[in-house]
Amino acid sequence: MSDKTVKTERLSVFKTYKLYIGGKFPRSESGRVYEVSDSTGNWLANAPQASRKDARDAVVAARKAFGGWSGATAYNRGQVLYRVAEMLEGRREQFVNEVAAAEGLSKAKAAAVVDATVDRWVWYAGWTDKIVQVVGGANPVAGPFFNLSTPEPTGVVAVVAPQESSFLGLVSVVAPVIATGNTAVVVASEKAPLPALSLAEVLATSDVPGGVVNVLSGRTAQIAAPLAAHQDVNAIDLAGADEALAKELEIAAADNLKRVLRPQPVDDWFATPGIDRMTAFLETKTVWHTTGALGAAGSSY
Amino acid sequence: MPTTAPTAHALSDVTASDGSLRRFLHGLPGVDAVGLEARAASLGTRSIKTTAKAYAIDLAISMVDLTTLEGADTPGKVRALGAKAVHPDPTDRSAPATAAVCVYPDLVGVAKEAIAAAGGAGKVKVASVATAFPAGRAPLEVKLADVRAAVAAGADEVDMVIDRGAFLAGRYLKVYDEVRAVKEACGTSARLKVIFETGELSTYDNIRRASWLGMLAGADFIKTSTGKVAVNATPANTLLMLEAVRDFRAATGVQVGVKPAGGIRTSKDAVKFLVLVNETAGEGWLDPHWFRFGASSLLNDLLMQRQKLATGRYSGPDYVTVD
Repeated sequence: MSDKTVKTERLSVFKTYKLYIGGKFPRSESGRVYEVSDSTGNWLANAPQASRKDARDAVVAARKAFGGWSGATAYNRGQVLYRVAEMLEGRREQFVNEVAAAEGLSKAKAAAVVDATVDRWVWYAGWTDKIVQVVGGANPVAGPFFNLSTPEPTGVVAVVAPQESSFLGLVSVVAPVIATGNTAVVVASEKAPLPALSLAEVLATSDVPGGVVNVLSGRTAQIAAPLAAHQDVNAIDLAGADEALAKELEIAAADNLKRVLRPQPVDDWFATPGIDRMTAFLETKTVWHTTGALGAAGSSY
Repeated sequence: MPTTAPTAHALSDVTASDGSLRRFLHGLPGVDAVGLEARAASLGTRSIKTTAKAYAIDLAISMVDLTTLEGADTPGKVRALGAKAVHPDPTDRSAPATAAVCVYPDLVGVAKEAIAAAGGAGKVKVASVATAFPAGRAPLEVKLADVRAAVAAGADEVDMVIDRGAFLAGRYLKVYDEVRAVKEACGTSARLKVIFETGELSTYDNIRRASWLGMLAGADFIKTSTGKVAVNATPANTLLMLEAVRDFRAATGVQVGVKPAGGIRTSKDAVKFLVLVNETAGEGWLDPHWFRFGASSLLNDLLMQRQKLATGRYSGPDYVTVD
């Protein structure tokens, strides 16, 4: 028997793509899946079609994870995010293939996308313990007080991932959310969800606590609507919503005063992103402390 | 899986001596554990939606014994709980009041006042655990003093624990006498709930025996657990107890209530228990007078589900009170 015959006799092992909720990989509660095809229309896989109940479960998981993740030291979060980049590097081939199929890129271009994505994780991993110095600090006030501002994570952030850039775009919107201590419920690109679902497998094996990132695939409008209206979601990033959907979601989000990041045109996902996506989901807390110094008449110790 | 119903005549005899009581309890049919769990699981798959769900949620809220049994309970916490029991959802006065507030005996007075202050006097009961809760390891006199103190402070319901040590050692008559004595101490003013701590009874057969023993001794309610051990109320052990109260009423004409306690945290779980009640004991038990949930965090989840049904949006813990 030659090697060739062995190969043809082997049964194909298809991958069952699943959602990622609370550190586990469930099928959709609805039991539904939808077909995902590559850029030329060939079937790639069936992806789970998440329902609003999956969205609800994801929010519960994200809320549960928020205390631990936001309470972890910035240094520790940086290490964990760097670990994600390490794991991603180890599965480079898989992601190159998935991105090439999903976005119709050549292998070389897809490889460039994956490399940029790994670098993006590293970039944000470095920011975790620096963002506070950049956007927080001591404020000069006209009185005997220390006045200190510190940025704090907003809470549970729903992220509607970009539709076109299924991997680099995805990581470019998810990493800034979790780098600062938020937890995320991510709605993957409807057309190309597979890189996002595979990224979940990377997150699950890289010390990111379960629930910090939850990945849902399916009809973007169907999943995003309950998330935008959810009273326990604190912010929503509309990166992947088209104009009509974004408007609808923003109206729903107004009900509990969610922070809304409107879709912003991104010409080049490769460009260094700046810190805007991090600060969009930070809230500044300012505290006053007396300096302890007495007035001119008293002792100065 | 009906047990053979003993006749009323047989029941008046069984408590005559330790021997006859043992013969009766050990003569109860054995429990088919696999069948019981399968039945409980299959009833848990019922889909309860829309108006039926709204009804079930309101019914479940009205059945909650809002409980706080911590060493760290303060009068302030009990006052807050009392106010919450009367008006569970401050943003929606159409939410029904809970059935009762359940506290330690020394806080009964505080709970009573808080409920009256919130306008729930007579509507929301005060239940007190007693008899050296949760272990029940104290001399009978101490236990009875505990009960009398709770009743004197105005408790409408007394939750006692049985002496599991005596029960497991097979001294059923001792357990029986103790429940009788506590029932007497409750007098006519307080209803008696008997806690078996099913997680410590180790077998389903024992749970069935304990249920019959408690009912024979005059329990007004049989209750699964204290909430202080690893295994608390499960659908299976509650189903078993519901069968026991059903069979007891068939045998004697006396209706006894059931209260699963501990570990019921979500609306979904609560609705599953209501299905068990309806399908096992029947509609006669679908009433706060005959069925209760011993719970604390369950109420918030029920309220969030209620808000979801009313508004169509998922609610969050920021929109219910913190216990």
